[in-house]
Amino acid sequence: MAVAEAVVAVIKSLLAALPGLAFSSSLVAAVLPDNRIDLMHHSYQGGGVSIDGPALMLRSKVGEQVSVSGFYYVDTVSGASIDVVATASAYSETRIESRLGVDYLTGNSILSVNYAQSDEDDYNAKSVSLGVAHDTFGGMTTLSLTAAAGDDEIGRNGDASFSEQLRRYSYSFGVTQVLTTRWISALNAEVDMEQGFLNNPYRSVRYRDPMAELGYGYQFERYPNTRNSFALGLVNKFYLPYRAALTASLRHYQDSWDIRAFDAELEYVHPLAERWVLDSHLRWYQQGQASFYADLFDFANQQNFMARDKELSDFNNLSVGVGASYRFASWAWWPTAKPELNLEWDHIRFNYNNFRNVTVTGAEPGAEPLYRLTANVYRAFFSVYF
Amino acid sequence: MKTLLLGLLLTVLSLSVRNASAESQAAAPDFTLKALTGVNLRLAEQRGDIIVLNFWASWCGPCLQEMPALDKLASKYQPLGVQIWGVNVEADSTAAQKYLSKTRVEFPILFDTENSVSERYQVQAMPTTVIINKDGNVHSVHRGYKPGYEQKYENDIKTLLRN
Amino acid sequence: MKMILKPCCAIKSLTAILLFVSLTGCASIEPWVKPYERAELADPIMAFGRHPVAIQHSAHVRDSREAAKGADGSGGGGCGCN
Repeated sequence: MAVAEAVVAVIKSLLAALPGLAFSSSLVAAVLPDNRIDLMHHSYQGGGVSIDGPALMLRSKVGEQVSVSGFYYVDTVSGASIDVVATASAYSETRIESRLGVDYLTGNSILSVNYAQSDEDDYNAKSVSLGVAHDTFGGMTTLSLTAAAGDDEIGRNGDASFSEQLRRYSYSFGVTQVLTTRWISALNAEVDMEQGFLNNPYRSVRYRDPMAELGYGYQFERYPNTRNSFALGLVNKFYLPYRAALTASLRHYQDSWDIRAFDAELEYVHPLAERWVLDSHLRWYQQGQASFYADLFDFANQQNFMARDKELSDFNNLSVGVGASYRFASWAWWPTAKPELNLEWDHIRFNYNNFRNVTVTGAEPGAEPLYRLTANVYRAFFSVYF
Repeated sequence: MKTLLLGLLLTVLSLSVRNASAESQAAAPDFTLKALTGVNLRLAEQRGDIIVLNFWASWCGPCLQEMPALDKLASKYQPLGVQIWGVNVEADSTAAQKYLSKTRVEFPILFDTENSVSERYQVQAMPTTVIINKDGNVHSVHRGYKPGYEQKYENDIKTLLRN
Repeated sequence: MKMILKPCCAIKSLTAILLFVSLTGCASIEPWVKPYERAELADPIMAFGRHPVAIQHSAHVRDSREAAKGADGSGGGGCGCN
């Protein structure tokens, strides 16, 4: 993709020229993120699936120039999604994700190194990222560059001989600009390049088969072994005079599978009294299908590449969310700590335009009702800033 | 890939902590500001004393981190003719006053709500500490704060006391 | 006469312009928001990513159900101190 190549070239040349940027900057330098510890319970309920688990995040300064961060997250899946119900395929139950990061503050820049790992019984992912964030122009502009590489190993439950690989590369560039004393804007661009086994070893596509009992048959999905994508996001934050914050974000996405997606989000944060902060958000997402996607192919092996993953179909979703934070009084035994309780609830509705619900019996193949999914996401976390 | 790594390596090597202090002999702009105690304090009337001006705000982490160090310097050098003045730069002093009611400091806090003094002193970083000698000239300007900077202020004070 | 810039030349000139602008610090343009005027931007409610643990989860919920990914983070803002 020409756009992807252009963005990668710009990022690479900017990274090489970074020493020049360092010398040009003003006397203003950057600050490391604040210390905090968060303990969260998360829950996703939707489409017949329930995914719950704990998460722990810690960020702490070590000395004056270094900040370390750690993240530990568990997903436990129960129930069965429409894919599982339709084809009775095997499903992994527990996923554990962990991340470790080090940020190093030097002059006006923060250098970051991160390692992330995700494990479940049939999928292991590892990735490393390197990033730089540099403050310049009197602290009004922050430039950031990140490069990441990942390596995934894919297995298949019940098939010990199955082992595939996936290589992922990601480059991102961002500019954050203070525009007025109450308005800050950020533009982010990201290019992802993936190579290897990109489909799901359990999922199938369906094709018309007059001989079959259901009127259609199944065969394993077949994906290309590369995927290049480009995303461009714009975020604007406004401070409202009575003390509240409004955030408006837009993002455009396109990839080499011909998927084009767009999303827009509005978030409003409103502090109340001394100890409360309320927030709400509204988000719209829409995407077009992948070029090789079809809910029902006309015959087996119709194309070189075939997919029936609803994630690659033409659909949109609308999500609404609210959240509340309560700041407790300081503890006597740890006076400098600031404890806080946070609750968040998101309600998401998916409307699929060309993915059909095959679990509905008695329908003509290809005329089943379009699938709709309603999900509720809950997060409850206790945070301590110290 | 090699360009990437080389670029990042060069960045790390070149980004050493740079000296954020500057020497200058210009006259310190005169001003009059109201202090927390209610009195008006005028810089020109302090001729003969060494003045340490610290521009700070309650929303600035490093500024609050530096307060105890400034308080220590104030009590140590006040008998020797050194005055430390905290200049709060916030347009709305509510948050600053709330902070000061919880964290008491011995030295006077002035409120530059119009930012006229910050502008005249060309404050380019938060916090900024300006050390003024007995003749009313700017001896040094320290931009930002990292633990250990208070040693630099103390060295400047000692230098000025010797003359 | 149409002037069509080839992608490689466009990238090189864009990089050169960006470098020049940053190296000269936009010599004729001074930062118009002074360091002491950042009270509102430094307010915690104006931070990008107020709760990273929640954002990680929210991003994961989206990424596993939507094809789009990336370009949703940002740095900078805040007090701009030091």
